[in-house]
Amino acid sequence: MAAVMALLPCRRFGPRKSLCFCSGRAAFLGWRGGSARSSASEAVYDVVVSGGGMVGSAMAAALGHDVHLHEKKILLLEAGPRKATNQLPKSYSNRVSAITPGSATLLNSFGAWDHICSMRVKPFRRMQVWDACSEAMIIFDKDNLEDMGYIVENDVIMSALTKQLDAISDRVEVLYRSRALGYTWPLPYQTCDSSPWVEIDLADGRKLQTKLLIGADGQNSMVRKAAGLQNIQYQYDQSAVVATLHLSEATDNNVAWQRFLPSGPIALLPLSDTVSSLVWSTSHEHASQLQNMDEESFVDSINSAFWSNANHSDFIDTAGSLFRSAVSLLMPSGSVARQLPPSVAKVDLKSRAVFPLGLGHATEYVQHRVALIGDAAHRVHPLAGQGVNMGFGDITCLMHHLSAAAFNGKDLGSLNHLLQYEREQQTHNLSIMVAIDLLKRLYSTSAAPFVLLRTWGLQATNVASPVKEQIMAFASK
Amino acid sequence: MFLEERKDVAGGYSCNHSSPLQIAQGVLFKKCKSQLKYSTHTNLAKAWNKIYFTGQPFSTSHTTVDPKEMKKFQLLAYKWWDEHGEYSALHSMNDIRVPFIRDTVLNMRNDHPLGSPLSGMKILDIGCGGGLLTEPLGRLGASVTGIDPVEDNIRTAELHKSFDPVLGKRIQYKSCSLEDLVEEASETFDSIVASEVVEHVADVEMFVRCCSRVLKPEGSLFITTINKSQLSYLLGIVVAEKVLGIVPAGTHEWEKFIAPEELERILESNGFLVKTVKGMLYNPLFGSWSWIGSTSINYALHAVKSTAQEQSGPSEPPLEIDKEQLQTEASIGTGS
Repeated sequence: MAAVMALLPCRRFGPRKSLCFCSGRAAFLGWRGGSARSSASEAVYDVVVSGGGMVGSAMAAALGHDVHLHEKKILLLEAGPRKATNQLPKSYSNRVSAITPGSATLLNSFGAWDHICSMRVKPFRRMQVWDACSEAMIIFDKDNLEDMGYIVENDVIMSALTKQLDAISDRVEVLYRSRALGYTWPLPYQTCDSSPWVEIDLADGRKLQTKLLIGADGQNSMVRKAAGLQNIQYQYDQSAVVATLHLSEATDNNVAWQRFLPSGPIALLPLSDTVSSLVWSTSHEHASQLQNMDEESFVDSINSAFWSNANHSDFIDTAGSLFRSAVSLLMPSGSVARQLPPSVAKVDLKSRAVFPLGLGHATEYVQHRVALIGDAAHRVHPLAGQGVNMGFGDITCLMHHLSAAAFNGKDLGSLNHLLQYEREQQTHNLSIMVAIDLLKRLYSTSAAPFVLLRTWGLQATNVASPVKEQIMAFASK
Repeated sequence: MFLEERKDVAGGYSCNHSSPLQIAQGVLFKKCKSQLKYSTHTNLAKAWNKIYFTGQPFSTSHTTVDPKEMKKFQLLAYKWWDEHGEYSALHSMNDIRVPFIRDTVLNMRNDHPLGSPLSGMKILDIGCGGGLLTEPLGRLGASVTGIDPVEDNIRTAELHKSFDPVLGKRIQYKSCSLEDLVEEASETFDSIVASEVVEHVADVEMFVRCCSRVLKPEGSLFITTINKSQLSYLLGIVVAEKVLGIVPAGTHEWEKFIAPEELERILESNGFLVKTVKGMLYNPLFGSWSWIGSTSINYALHAVKSTAQEQSGPSEPPLEIDKEQLQTEASIGTGS
């Protein structure tokens, strides 16, 4: 809990540096003589997005498509090469994202969603989450057969975003293979002899200036570090194993499965009728074993992780079934039938990969002329599939404020509307992060009291439709 | 008594035109009849007082600038651009006054390029100060001329825009008074913005006439100012200046505040059609402005310069400063 509290934002309202414009006559005269500074050769951008990953590219595309920002100079800086994938590889990538309807709306707002749909996307209509230590489970689904979300390969999202950025290349400049070496931050007040904009030194020696710098440069954000924005982080004792799996038989495959094992959650996300993606969070040791074992044992481990009842205890089972029968007495038609997960037949060659898991949260998302979005501001456990969606949520919120600021003729880098973005998005992100962190902790144990608590909690939530609807609405933003 | 007489004037354009002028000047400024004063908040440090007042008088029209008023502003602080500083209320007023101007203009024009709703508009920002309102209007695409009689304000504004290549092209600042512009810029501007200025003007009637001269026919005049009511005295001077310190002490003189009815009367008798009068309320707790129904404290006004025909109706007393204008006007008048 202490860790959770530490995540809470603590904006510093320290004493402001008070600098007068020109504190002397000499300075004034100096300025008058030096008006050539305004025509400096350095380009002045309105917005520079640092980091061209999924969130950064989507931010740039959203900026480029906003009517009120139509006249603005926008630049996207990406250290890597252009990810031009004209032809989709036949095999599925092992890095996938669960895209919420809210994120799909954002991607649709600037045309990227159509590209994704024309490439590869798998909608899911149902989510079944259950406990390895008891019979407790919770099923999220929508009555009207609406999609609950979409499983999309990250490469497909990137490719769609790149296409959209190409389409608006007249409004959004993209510099690939360009790395920022350093940033010079402006003083909070304008002085006669220093630029009021953020200065960016590129690795190729070029210098850029921008009125607003958006840091979308991932969990090790350089923008965040250079701006001195505090970040609270810790590593989980878990790594995630990802892989592309083939099912034993073709099914509708429109359910996202997740089971909480004492070592961590394992999730099976649908990619097609016969292919699913694995995200298995487990101890570092077990993760490296899983990565290195032969294919057959790997597949067996997955199947047993989904099917085994080895972690059940009689006491919990009895308590759980008592609760269930009590509920079925009160609400005879309350619960949805349990479904069985598909069994896995084969793993794609070389699709296994391992990466460490951690949690991070910037105590401040913004500063004068700087804003952080995506993993630069927050890093979460993948158990709720919220990572990239929180990033897309940042974009929606920040775009709303930037668009309004532009329409009101404001300076885009002004702290006032950036603070509004921070306030709104930090509150939203924190509640998700806290919930995810608590879930992770609650399910990391097989101690009977906790198991009983979560069993009853899950069972109660499962029959309480209004609560479930609230959870779904919040998580699909 | 005065009020009744004013209402008469406002009601019928044919009334004796000189009475409002006499009222305004007679009551407030007996000695300086043709003085037009609209400088806003200056930000001179004390050292600057001396430089500007002893050694370097204004090259332009220092006769029309009220030196007493000037001095008062020189005592005010100089941080125009600190959004949370002394002028925070003016900064946050942009949240409503910029949309007010933008939406009014958008309602009157049919098409505009995406992202610059004011593109192609020539706007005069009278009493621009440090450029707090000039810059947003420039960012919305307008070419804005900001004038302020206080040279130091103009320098601050110039400096602030100097780093922005976009604003550099769109904004022009001039340290001069409105009447200096009248001759060179007759019927030049599509819109005039006089925000928080009228309450510092000695002769509002003259001010309005000068606005009319530089405004194109059917051009818009936007004014925000403070009502002359007990409430405005209490809130605008006692609370804002003395208790809360939102506005630097000595910024306002209640005697110069003007009631919306009075302003409307002056505008209408000088060829303007008043389209909108809206009340504004400042919330010092959140530092934010909002529109309200009551105009009893602050208010915003939009008036349109009517066509030459209507304007020539009441014959106006000749102004010494713009004979040329009067001549053209007279010719229009005889033509119609």
